[in-house]
Amino acid sequence: MLKQIFNILFFYLMGELVSWLIGGFLPGSVIGMVLLFVALSFKVVKPCDVRDVSLHLTEQMGLFFLPAGVGLMTAVAVIAENWAFLLLSSLISTILVIGMVGWMQQKTGKKEIKHG
Amino acid sequence: MDNLFQTELFALTLTVGVYLVSLWTYRKTKKKFLHPLLVSILVIIAILNMLHIDYATYKTGSHLIHFMLGPSVVALGYILFEQSRYLKGNIVSILSSVLVGSIVGIVSILLVGRVLGVTDVLIATVQPKSVTTPIAMAISAKAGGIPALTAVLVVAVGIFGSIIGPVILKYLCVESKIAKGLAMGSAAHGLGTATAIQMGAIEGAISGLAIGLMGIMTAICVPIINWLFHFF
Repeated sequence: MLKQIFNILFFYLMGELVSWLIGGFLPGSVIGMVLLFVALSFKVVKPCDVRDVSLHLTEQMGLFFLPAGVGLMTAVAVIAENWAFLLLSSLISTILVIGMVGWMQQKTGKKEIKHG
Repeated sequence: MDNLFQTELFALTLTVGVYLVSLWTYRKTKKKFLHPLLVSILVIIAILNMLHIDYATYKTGSHLIHFMLGPSVVALGYILFEQSRYLKGNIVSILSSVLVGSIVGIVSILLVGRVLGVTDVLIATVQPKSVTTPIAMAISAKAGGIPALTAVLVVAVGIFGSIIGPVILKYLCVESKIAKGLAMGSAAHGLGTATAIQMGAIEGAISGLAIGLMGIMTAICVPIINWLFHFF
């Protein structure tokens, strides 16, 4: 267990290091995620050496964003002033993303065998 | 007594406790709008207001939980690895579809923002809205947005996307299982995946894969696109 915790922390640290090296262009945690994925894919790290901790962490993720989410209480004025933009841009963009990704994958992907 | 409310112990107990109750309520009622994250945030804010605790005090107290966000994003790398076998044979079309979807999502928000004349802070806050919350908050923070507001938008978009998604896909005559799963996960992260799983096992797995891909691509595209648009 301790080894698994170390592995996750180590990749997080490496992610932060790379993030710093490239001028903070990408969040360190996201780079850490990619590094871990690459290390697993190239069998540098064995899946069983991160598996249990990874499943635990991702399962409890909802809890982890609460402290930042509660920061919403400081953004009430911003929401009240800009609700039209927040609502409109989110709705339009979400519809476009669903349509675009679905349509494009259907056009460019391999034909699937239909069942039934 | 007032002192006790200012402690780390109180902030941690409150956060975990409210989250557990919200999870329980969500599982019992199965109502999408009672999403545990939304409910927890609102309940904690209400309690803090009642006890006259300001956000800065709560933030310091709950830092231990906040720290876990980073490691949990890293752990997503393992989940992505588990699902990467679904990439086989479709790798180019999957990567390009998610990339184009990510760009369309980011640019559309920029354009709406420019038309309505809002600040760059607000644009950066909304841009990561289709990405799973922890990554979205990291992108928002890096791009100069308001991460807390991003978190709430992400959940709202997830609920909206998981409801409207199947309707749009049907309207566009998208029948491919991979395409359906990919679209749901790209636009509506975990909540879209929950809907995709109901469509079928392949849709669910591809949707899970799409969450990770969309996170990576959006993290890369947001700074590039915003930088390019500064010239216009």
